[in-house]
Amino acid sequence: MTKIVVDGIEVDVPPEYTLLQACEAAGAEIPRFCFHERLSIAGNCRMCLVELKGSPKPVASCAWGVRDCRPGPNGEPPQVETRSPMVRKAREGVMEFLLINHPLDCPICDQGGECDLQDQAMAYGVDSSRFQENKRAVEDKYLGALVKTSMNRCIQCTRCVRFVTEVAGVPELGAIGRGEDMEITSYLEQALTSELQGNVVDLCPVGALTSKPYAFTARPWELSKTQSVDVMDAVGSAIRVDSRGREVLRILPRLNEDVNEEWISDKTRHVVDGLRVQRLDRPYVRENGRLRPASWAEAFKAIAARIDTTGPGRIGAIAGDLATVEEMFALKELLSGLGSANIDCRQDGAAFDPALGRGTYLFNPTIAGIEKADALVVVGADPRREAAVLNARIRKRWRMGPFAVGLIGPRVDLTYPVHYLGAGPDTLADLAAGKGDFAPILSAAERPMLLLGAGATARPDGAAVAALAAKAAVAAGAVTDEWNGFGVLHTAASRVGGLDIGFVPGQGGLDAARMAAFGTLDVLVLLGADEIEVAPETFVVYIGTHGDRGAHRADVILPGAAYTEKSGIWVNTEGRPQMGLRAAFPPGDAREDWAILRALSDVLGRKLPYDSLAALRAALFKAHPHLQRIDRITPASADDVHRLASRAGSVDAAPFAPTITDFYLTNPIARASAVMAECSALAQGSAALRAAE
Amino acid sequence: MAVRRLAPAEKQPKEFAFTAENLDWAKGQIAKYPEGRQASAVIPLLWRAQEQAGGWVPQKAIEHVAALLGMPTIRVLEVATFYTMFNLEPVGRHHVQLCGTTPCVLRGADALKKVCKEKIGDEHHVSADGTFSWVEVECLGACVNAPMAQINYDYYEDLTPENFSRLLDDLAAGREVKTGPQIDRQFSAPVGGPTTLTGEVGTGGPAPAKEPALADADAKRPGEAANVRDEGTPKPPVGDGSKRRKTTRRE
Repeated sequence: MTKIVVDGIEVDVPPEYTLLQACEAAGAEIPRFCFHERLSIAGNCRMCLVELKGSPKPVASCAWGVRDCRPGPNGEPPQVETRSPMVRKAREGVMEFLLINHPLDCPICDQGGECDLQDQAMAYGVDSSRFQENKRAVEDKYLGALVKTSMNRCIQCTRCVRFVTEVAGVPELGAIGRGEDMEITSYLEQALTSELQGNVVDLCPVGALTSKPYAFTARPWELSKTQSVDVMDAVGSAIRVDSRGREVLRILPRLNEDVNEEWISDKTRHVVDGLRVQRLDRPYVRENGRLRPASWAEAFKAIAARIDTTGPGRIGAIAGDLATVEEMFALKELLSGLGSANIDCRQDGAAFDPALGRGTYLFNPTIAGIEKADALVVVGADPRREAAVLNARIRKRWRMGPFAVGLIGPRVDLTYPVHYLGAGPDTLADLAAGKGDFAPILSAAERPMLLLGAGATARPDGAAVAALAAKAAVAAGAVTDEWNGFGVLHTAASRVGGLDIGFVPGQGGLDAARMAAFGTLDVLVLLGADEIEVAPETFVVYIGTHGDRGAHRADVILPGAAYTEKSGIWVNTEGRPQMGLRAAFPPGDAREDWAILRALSDVLGRKLPYDSLAALRAALFKAHPHLQRIDRITPASADDVHRLASRAGSVDAAPFAPTITDFYLTNPIARASAVMAECSALAQGSAALRAAE
Repeated sequence: MAVRRLAPAEKQPKEFAFTAENLDWAKGQIAKYPEGRQASAVIPLLWRAQEQAGGWVPQKAIEHVAALLGMPTIRVLEVATFYTMFNLEPVGRHHVQLCGTTPCVLRGADALKKVCKEKIGDEHHVSADGTFSWVEVECLGACVNAPMAQINYDYYEDLTPENFSRLLDDLAAGREVKTGPQIDRQFSAPVGGPTTLTGEVGTGGPAPAKEPALADADAKRPGEAANVRDEGTPKPPVGDGSKRRKTTRRE
């Protein structure tokens, strides 16, 4: 630790700190544009100048190390001034230079109100310009469907270039030309292909890069901001939902070091317009083959008439990928009240069994724990598309130092180099047996990690695949008392919650695939389950938000609330329960899903014993106490993994299939979104859209 | 400085690849750098690509170099657009880089610019027969012989509108031309011969008849490379008056 005096306050900081960090440790605020904690240091905006005693010139604090400061003549700690007249003058000078070429178009700029340059100009701007010449004009660039450019406003901080190169790992942005004529662009203005590109809009300290779908929509001060949790993947990124009136206008990331740091994927951010269209806003009942709008009472009556004549063994329920824990819990109670054991939350057929313990289906090493791992093997997963933010964390670990990554499954570009081991379970079996080149690397590692894609177990021999993966993890020494490196990467936000509350077939119950098959059930309740094809003849009750596959198949539709329209708990792939809050109200007659189930239970004469969400939560917490520790992980026992590893089973040699075929269209909300459709088309190589820009 | 963009699509060749000879050379350049640092060879490779493509860097050459070095194309484009010695548009067989910085302007570079405009045409344009193109550049470091121009790899100094247009005519006609000063001047020595150190030092004797300070052969001995010293070991410094002490240099 090194002592340093900042504005007369002595602080003790690690010598590898920069002056900027030391100043912040002393409570001084340093303005900055180019510096960002999670990116490499560029030192090109010069806004963070401070006065260092002994230095003839002000120094850029972001690029000056504490250990590079000379002590005073008698060995006094170095002194830094952040508020002296010299500093003020220097920063005013820098600001004046920055504003020379910055257009005065704040009234029509989308960044207005949340612009770093605007804010800092309030503190360091001078009142008038001494610049008589022409301002620089820069051509706007095309960067794809999500990032809109107004390049006149660019102050050349290069945060966007560093982000796509370092964090996203897709080096597509660059700064061409030099000096005043430097321009940020992609190669020949090709669309960006990163699934994290939306973050450059947040990073841009000015209005040069703004959100294309959100252009000219609202001002930040008009929006009410609600903290929530993302459900587009199983990572559970922390988000802030900005809404105006009944409408959700945009989604931004929130800081959560344990999960998403400060990034979110494009699907998380730009799915917003999908919340507005294709919505189910009233109940429907199918009559003579056609769906007709109905009242809640009619819809419930139709369901009751059907269920009353059906035996308990012929009723089932499947929970979809976006469901909250509360509504799944209520649905489970309802079904058990009806005497049915046919429930399943795994519509993809992933073979995870809560009876084997939580450790067998959680991402045990935790997302933050990825940074501690020193070798990784990815089995049957494509983290870049299944959990883009988690993949950024793996990439971050790879950038920190030597980190061997093995890949078994489809050949995918994960943005960091991988040892491709093989395509199927045979390779995994070899790894478990210690054969092959990668097994020694894995066992030599101190904290090896095995990432098992949930999709790899969604096949008839899935249980055996999971057991084999656990065996490989145990064989590599990844599962010990101190370190549990066996991690399952789920793709659905609801999955871990559903497994935690045991939303799986009970004694003699049918699983999702058999429930959806022909002739097994008479009544099937789909709680937002759209990724499964239900055979004809079954009477389908669909509770959901969008007119997607489930609604088309339904006999009765009960309109529910989307994730931004209800308060609920989701458990992410690590087993971390997180609560999302309501940002807007469901459209029309739609109601929150738990309330629908409660009302339905009354009509069916199996009234659920809770009249409020609080009462439902109380019952849920009583049954599953670990869920009330919001935001905290209740670690699973390593014994679970050992037990799983010891289970035998024969695996099929067929290679693992990709779980996600189209990153942008994985759930009903995303499929309703025009922005996601455009991204999907772009990703598929459609260049025709470029002409429209 | 101005915004630099790649040449329009109609000027771009359909493809570019190093010739076998250049590829060998490029591999040699790449091998100079440690594993994982191949990108360091980007400037030599781009330069060789420019030479091969006839004095400019086509888009396909950028992509070829990027592929050769395993770099993202945008990184190579950044380099090619940053350095103005990489021409992004086709140039003539004789590419004239006319110095337009202060000393040359004071010595009449503006008149030379007029010559270029008359003889070649607009700046950044190749003449109809493909012989010439010209650009104004910043200081090329030959101010003592201002005004000057660089044509392909050679400097032509002490230009006047007359000798400059004669020079261009000679180049166009394929005649032998003299590089360096175009007037009666030896290298950067004073015009008409030495003006100082002409007599015996200290004697006050009469100056001998004027003769060149250096013979041509002395100065222009071609070295192996630019960084190889051509002359003998430098003279030891003259005593600085202090007593000579034993050096403390490690043996």
